[in-house]
Amino acid sequence: MHRLPRLRRSITTLACAATLAMLASACAGDDGGSGTGADEAPDKKVTITFWHGWSAESEVKAVDDLVAKFNAKHPNIKVKVVSNVTDDKITQGIRSGKGPDVVSSFTTDNVGQFCTSGSWTDLAPWLAKSNIDPAATFPKPVLDYTQFQGKRCALPLLADSYGLYYNKDMFAAAGITAPPKTFTELTETAKKLNQLNGDGTFKVAGFLPTFHAYEFSAAHTLAQFGPTYQTPDGKSNLSKDPVVPQFFNWQKQFVESQGGFDKLEKFRTTFGEEFSAENPFMSGKLAMTMDGEWRTAMLAQDAPNLNYGTAPFPVPDDQLDKYGRSYLTGTTVGIAKSSHHQAAAWEFVKFVTTDTEAMVAFSQAIHNVPSTNAALAASPLANDEHFKPFIDAFKHPASNTTPASPNGGKYQVTLSEYAYKWEAGQGGDLTKSLADLDKQIDTDVAQVK
Amino acid sequence: MTTTAPAAAKVPAALRRQRRRRNLRTLAFLSPWLIGFSVFFAYPLGATVYYSFTRYDLINPPVWVGMRNWNYVLNDYPPLWQALRNTLWLVVVMVTLRVIFGLGLGMLAIRLKRGGGLFRTLSYLPYLAPPVAATIGFAFLLNPGTGPVNHLLGNVGMPQPGWFNDPDWSKPALTLLALWGIGDLLVIFTASLLDVPREQYEAAELDGVGPWQRFRYVTWPAITPVVLFAVVTGVIQTMQYYTQAMVAGKVASGIIGNSGQSFEPGYPQGTTLTLPQLVYEEGFSTFNTGAACVISLLLFVIAMAFTFLLLRRRSGLLDDD
Repeated sequence: MHRLPRLRRSITTLACAATLAMLASACAGDDGGSGTGADEAPDKKVTITFWHGWSAESEVKAVDDLVAKFNAKHPNIKVKVVSNVTDDKITQGIRSGKGPDVVSSFTTDNVGQFCTSGSWTDLAPWLAKSNIDPAATFPKPVLDYTQFQGKRCALPLLADSYGLYYNKDMFAAAGITAPPKTFTELTETAKKLNQLNGDGTFKVAGFLPTFHAYEFSAAHTLAQFGPTYQTPDGKSNLSKDPVVPQFFNWQKQFVESQGGFDKLEKFRTTFGEEFSAENPFMSGKLAMTMDGEWRTAMLAQDAPNLNYGTAPFPVPDDQLDKYGRSYLTGTTVGIAKSSHHQAAAWEFVKFVTTDTEAMVAFSQAIHNVPSTNAALAASPLANDEHFKPFIDAFKHPASNTTPASPNGGKYQVTLSEYAYKWEAGQGGDLTKSLADLDKQIDTDVAQVK
Repeated sequence: MTTTAPAAAKVPAALRRQRRRRNLRTLAFLSPWLIGFSVFFAYPLGATVYYSFTRYDLINPPVWVGMRNWNYVLNDYPPLWQALRNTLWLVVVMVTLRVIFGLGLGMLAIRLKRGGGLFRTLSYLPYLAPPVAATIGFAFLLNPGTGPVNHLLGNVGMPQPGWFNDPDWSKPALTLLALWGIGDLLVIFTASLLDVPREQYEAAELDGVGPWQRFRYVTWPAITPVVLFAVVTGVIQTMQYYTQAMVAGKVASGIIGNSGQSFEPGYPQGTTLTLPQLVYEEGFSTFNTGAACVISLLLFVIAMAFTFLLLRRRSGLLDDD
């Protein structure tokens, strides 16, 4: 029979084709591009492209309004706006040489990579040219997370802080008069607020302390302990920082006091999508939750009748003096290496990050924390009952963030993956596991250096 | 004779021109394939091998680092072994079940006296569903808390698995999804079963053989090349398994991956992690293209090894004569 050799050749060719086709996606192309446009005349008519990550209709409109304000001041610079862009797309766009001029990222995790690779250009010369003193203009936390090892390749475009959202009606029904301030109080309050169905499953959970419960991630929650992620020489410090095992043990006890991991996880699968009207706090499945300041806008829009309050997220019992602190992050903005109109791009970056009036309006529109000292002072949001705790948290001296790393947020993924195992009872010996995590994180960082 | 020498030289020159023209014509006919092979196969493979020995962040020029990426991936990269274990599970279980299920449906389809066309159409339709949409649909159907499947199972007193949320059930749930989209195998198995000579069945019936012997000695030898094709392509597809595993993990985990909110590839607990997910994570999330290229090459070598192994073991499936 001659069918077999033909078949074999066909199959082998198909195997090669299928496998190689995938390989092709990994490695190809060059960065291209020439001429930065850094010396272009200020009044030259140019078109620049701005890529951002906002996607909700109201947010996209707020960005468009911001751009319209810029155009009113700089009629010679036309800004083409592209929404819903991720960091992966940004890197690919810059690499193609035909990507954006101005780029923004929702995460501070990749600033280290953006700065070290040079894909986002150094903004220090532009700041100096415009006589902008970063230290006097921006609060210290946002200045820290927008630079890496002294290179400032990004500026903050609004910021985020986290706090406790609680259902006032459920508090009143359970006879609770004030939000908890310590973790012991949080645990006791959560137990009082739990409501069970006849079969013992949750109808309402006072709090859901598992790490997949949306914003209650390991990084956000560990911030309440004030961790030191890295040693001064950049090595991972998880096993040497005493608050890290304290954090894991507290979470384990909290999970157990709430009925155990399996019961909580099963309840979590009944939740709607985090950024929809079916969010579990908005739909009444959670009496308390950790969330960012942006939730206030979503509550106003999708759950206007929910009687809720906001407060700083509780802290460990032995750190009550740090009550008010929070994990901080925010949107970052910079100029792409591939931009051919960097002077115009800088004008846009300067406007959106330092123009007080524009920033106040933008922060009000999307309910984010203003990221300049002047806008913080001028923002009417500071007088908003629900929003005030987030502004206070942003200003709190003990608030902190996750440090930048040359390989982006990989060390956070490594920590989170261990946290998921830990809460499922598969974390093994905590001391040894944290030492292993340090070793793995250091190996991963060394790999990209 | 003064004309002999020039005439002798003229003939080979004409022949050479003719040969050159023939070669050029052949090359012209082959050129589409040659260009495609060079651009889409040879260059990417060569580039991948080269980048696997470099530090490359997609932005700056690659820097030669020797075996560093290979050492890292093979010795200091635990997700690789987890992804390989998952892939092996999927190859053994998912591919086997797909072949058995596809063959079974094909045999049913050709035996149906009435409604065969409708049966084939309904069985084929799920294959046309886009993988992302199908996976999201399955994630909702199999949601442990709100999905109708567990609701039904609960009503009849059966255990309610965690499906995509349970490390023990996540791969079986993906297998269910793969069986639902069996349309591709249904078509080729139905065609191959219809191609089995009828007279062989009639002869077997005259000899009084039973249904199993009929399948073993008549159907099976005739369809084994197609079964082998299904297994080999199934293994290659499973090696490249990405979309369904990634989407199911994202939907079930509820984590979309904002700042400080790290999506865990392979949710839950790495049980749906596959090699292509690692390629993406290393190449485009941590900008470690060298390591991504190493994983790609390992994937290539494993896929080729599987293919050659299956073809060399063909004697168990095929008759050579």
